[in-house]
Amino acid sequence: MATAVRLRSAVSLLGRFPALAGVDLDVAAGEIVLVQGANGAGKTTLLRACAGLVPFTAGEAEILGQDMRKSRKAVRRRIGLLGHASFLYDDLTVADNLTFSAKAAGADAASAEEAMARLGLGGRLRDVPAGRLSAGQRRRVAVAAVVARSPELWLLDEPHAGLDAAGRDLLDGIVREAAAGGSTVLLASHEPDRAAALASRTVTMAGGQVAGGLLPEALAGLTEAPPRRGAGAGAPAGKASIVA
Amino acid sequence: MWRDAVLVAGKDLRVEVRSRVGINQVIPFAVLVLIVFAFALDSDRATLAAVGPGLFWVTVLFSGLLAIQRSFVIESDDDARDALRLSGLDGGGIFLGKAAAVAAQLVLLEVVLALGVIVLYGVQLRGAAMLLLTCVAATVGLAAAGTVYGVIAAGLRVRDTLLPLLVLPVLAPVLLAAARACEAALAGTPAEGWPWVRMLTVFATIYVTFGVVAFGPLLEEA
Repeated sequence: MATAVRLRSAVSLLGRFPALAGVDLDVAAGEIVLVQGANGAGKTTLLRACAGLVPFTAGEAEILGQDMRKSRKAVRRRIGLLGHASFLYDDLTVADNLTFSAKAAGADAASAEEAMARLGLGGRLRDVPAGRLSAGQRRRVAVAAVVARSPELWLLDEPHAGLDAAGRDLLDGIVREAAAGGSTVLLASHEPDRAAALASRTVTMAGGQVAGGLLPEALAGLTEAPPRRGAGAGAPAGKASIVA
Repeated sequence: MWRDAVLVAGKDLRVEVRSRVGINQVIPFAVLVLIVFAFALDSDRATLAAVGPGLFWVTVLFSGLLAIQRSFVIESDDDARDALRLSGLDGGGIFLGKAAAVAAQLVLLEVVLALGVIVLYGVQLRGAAMLLLTCVAATVGLAAAGTVYGVIAAGLRVRDTLLPLLVLPVLAPVLLAAARACEAALAGTPAEGWPWVRMLTVFATIYVTFGVVAFGPLLEEA
């Protein structure tokens, strides 16, 4: 199975603070992986680094086959990020925002129309400036912007935040459909029950590191390979555990 | 790159048209500055006509700063800049698009201010070709340099106050050359104006080239 995300001892600094302090993580293509962890554990930085918005400063980082330490820009059009912000221009209408987002990502205006229809943003809402939308409606537009890009890798940071029950169900359906279509989903959430039901695997972050990030095949490879110099006793104990 | 430039310019101009900040705030501010200059200097129209070109370009510069700041404020709100980076758009294309949108707003501003200078200061238009070339070269230079420094300041918390400090010294040669070229055109001595037009053209060429090359990396670091 192809690996969409492959991180080995990946480090990312926010200023001088190591927000990611040696992350080992594999995500296979088509997987939905939930990243859990307390506030400040590094979940958002992990997603932003995978999106190429924050650089990996050490270790190995391969996203969709692209070495992110060499070039972060090459894979961006293949990635959809749903972040804390909605990434919207308040003075543009919903339709304008989505059309620009889709065209900027190399898609066409028709995909923006389809995404609007899918998220229930057609009709009167499509011509409303984003600045006049409620928080939940803005979230729907942000989800639609990701849908319109048809990304290979979905990076969802607190995706259910702000959405009503219908919106959450709709989002879950979209995510499952995307994964069934071969897209990979990495999501961070503080709602363990809902997100865990959506995910095929759960990993836990703490102190900028991921516990249970490696797939069984990778773990088997690690045990068969000769021990690396400096690895072993000093490695974080949590890295070897799978939290399924 | 050109497709990306058209896309970004269209988006920026659409934002400005919808927000009406240019029409409701920037242009009235610019006209007010012209009027304040007229009050402050002299009610003698001959004096105002003599210093008209300089006052025109000072007003364009100050008002243009607002347009340049707006160009990056809209990217800061709701972290839209991250979306721009994620889009995979060509850095040079984003630069050309944003600079073109700023230039379009400057052209509108210059048309309004030119009418203001003619009506309020009694400036008689002469040397239309040189005036036109001066406006084109100065506008491109202002927009290009402003966009470059705009993205440098964009990621900083003090961007609103830092941008004028960064840009005004850099744009001083544009102000000087544009004012001198316009004075020469209006005085009917174009030979004295062409060296200034050439200087404006060189300035614009340097900043457009630099912007196309450097804007992408600068946006990454912003």
